[in-house]
Amino acid sequence: MRALGRLTATELKLFLREPVTVLFTLALPLMVLYVLNGVFGDQSPAGGEGGEAGLVVYRGFDAADWYTPAYVALAVAGFAFIALPAHMVEYRETGVLRRLQASGVPRGVVLLSQMIISLVVATVGAALLVGAALLFTGSSPPAGTALFFGAYLVGAVAVTSLGLMLGTVLPTARAAQSVGLLAWFVTLFLSGAGPPPEVLPDGLRRIGEWLPMTPVVQVLQEPWLTGEWVVRQSVVVVAIAAVSAAIAWVAYRWE
Amino acid sequence: MSPVIAVDALSKRYGDLQAVSDVSFEVHEGEIFGLLGPNGAGKTTSVECVQGLRHPDSGHVRVLGLDPQTQAHELRSLIGAQLQESSLPHRLRVGEALELFSSFQPGGPPWRAVMQDWGLTEKARAPFGSLSGGQRQRLLVALALVNNPRVVFLDEMTTGLDPAARRATWDLIERIRQAGTTVVLVTHFMDEAHRLCDRLAVVNHGRVVAAGTPGDLVANHQDGVTVRFTARGADTGFLAGVPGVRDVETEGGQVLVRGAPTIVPHVGKALVDHGLAPDDMDVVRPTLEDVYLRLVDGDEA
Repeated sequence: MRALGRLTATELKLFLREPVTVLFTLALPLMVLYVLNGVFGDQSPAGGEGGEAGLVVYRGFDAADWYTPAYVALAVAGFAFIALPAHMVEYRETGVLRRLQASGVPRGVVLLSQMIISLVVATVGAALLVGAALLFTGSSPPAGTALFFGAYLVGAVAVTSLGLMLGTVLPTARAAQSVGLLAWFVTLFLSGAGPPPEVLPDGLRRIGEWLPMTPVVQVLQEPWLTGEWVVRQSVVVVAIAAVSAAIAWVAYRWE
Repeated sequence: MSPVIAVDALSKRYGDLQAVSDVSFEVHEGEIFGLLGPNGAGKTTSVECVQGLRHPDSGHVRVLGLDPQTQAHELRSLIGAQLQESSLPHRLRVGEALELFSSFQPGGPPWRAVMQDWGLTEKARAPFGSLSGGQRQRLLVALALVNNPRVVFLDEMTTGLDPAARRATWDLIERIRQAGTTVVLVTHFMDEAHRLCDRLAVVNHGRVVAAGTPGDLVANHQDGVTVRFTARGADTGFLAGVPGVRDVETEGGQVLVRGAPTIVPHVGKALVDHGLAPDDMDVVRPTLEDVYLRLVDGDEA
């Protein structure tokens, strides 16, 4: 426990010493909000092009309301997919993990400290994003606040576990960077955090249904929009968290 | 006295590569023991098995009475390690590193005292990335000693250091031994092994090809001595019959007599018996370097 606390505190300090990464992590959610809201945010359920085509998008909800919880998933993935895996692989490649191994730090402590940091940083980003959304985009607050916090916890742990998995399976820092970025953009386009699933071509929509981030977005959206909890998707999300954390544990290497 | 480390018939294979085969050695309390060999000889794999960081395919290892495979956790607090190619985050400061690593294995001296001991106090706030090669090694040694270990493993400490930093690192290693800690030194530098090690094992192609003190190695693995002197015009044919002499060569006025180390007095006596008393007789003995190069068969080059 002492080792976990010290390592996590030290890692957080090191993170704050990298101004570019801090800026990126906090600016990305806000940029997403600003840009995507500019693109999709003015579409009301019955109006715009979608309305004229007789297509019901956003399940009849306001676009701003629909997107805020989806952007929360993007904000968490921004750190967990783009920054975390590259950071872990870099530690492995440069011998930092070997140094920790030589001092008897268990792999669980290394993985858990990375998870905690990712969750802390992502939560700051997500809070900034929700605050900005409520203030500037006309988004309504969540219909079920407590349920949304619960959904956030489950979803954020799952997203971070996926990031840990990428950080242990990918062979090089460069691979981690590109795969992480790709995973983030796929989430944006196909998992319901960008274009509404209704406007995606059939094939892409079906791919989207099989992506691990799609149920995460749904788990976050439901309590925000309706105040309900989606049982089936949340079971899937918990399973995703468990499986990816298990893969991260098994695939973990010190060098 | 039972050895601090006992390795018996250790073997480890990576796919088709037999990295370590049938390696045995013992390390005694308070000595600097060296594993010397060319790159890829299996030195690092051997010591990492000894530290419980790798699982050997077969063989028996005891460190301080513990089995590194099943008691790695207990062992970890009794040993310190500087692993090959290990590093720290570049923005981590010297003081933070010592504080962090001392928290992993409580029970050692206060980290500030370790920092003072190794002359790092004035660098306490310097990030790891800004340190010179020598300063980095000093910090990594300090980290290996922060839990006050009984045995410390140092793997390729001086690779990539300039000559002055190498010498400074050698002094650090001697200081560790003076403080009573047993040192296992892995190196491919012959001069380093000669200068520091009380005993050493030469490893090549995963096997121990020779072991002993540097003096033993020279004595046991030399191919003999050369006696050299000037004997202008004199007939030295009789030397071929001296006991132990392998060959006699004449180069200009110089005579070179090669053979077992015991030829020296016999050659002297034979010369005197034949009325010769050269005033420039030299004995050329092989150095540890000659022995090492013979043992590893020149395949490092």
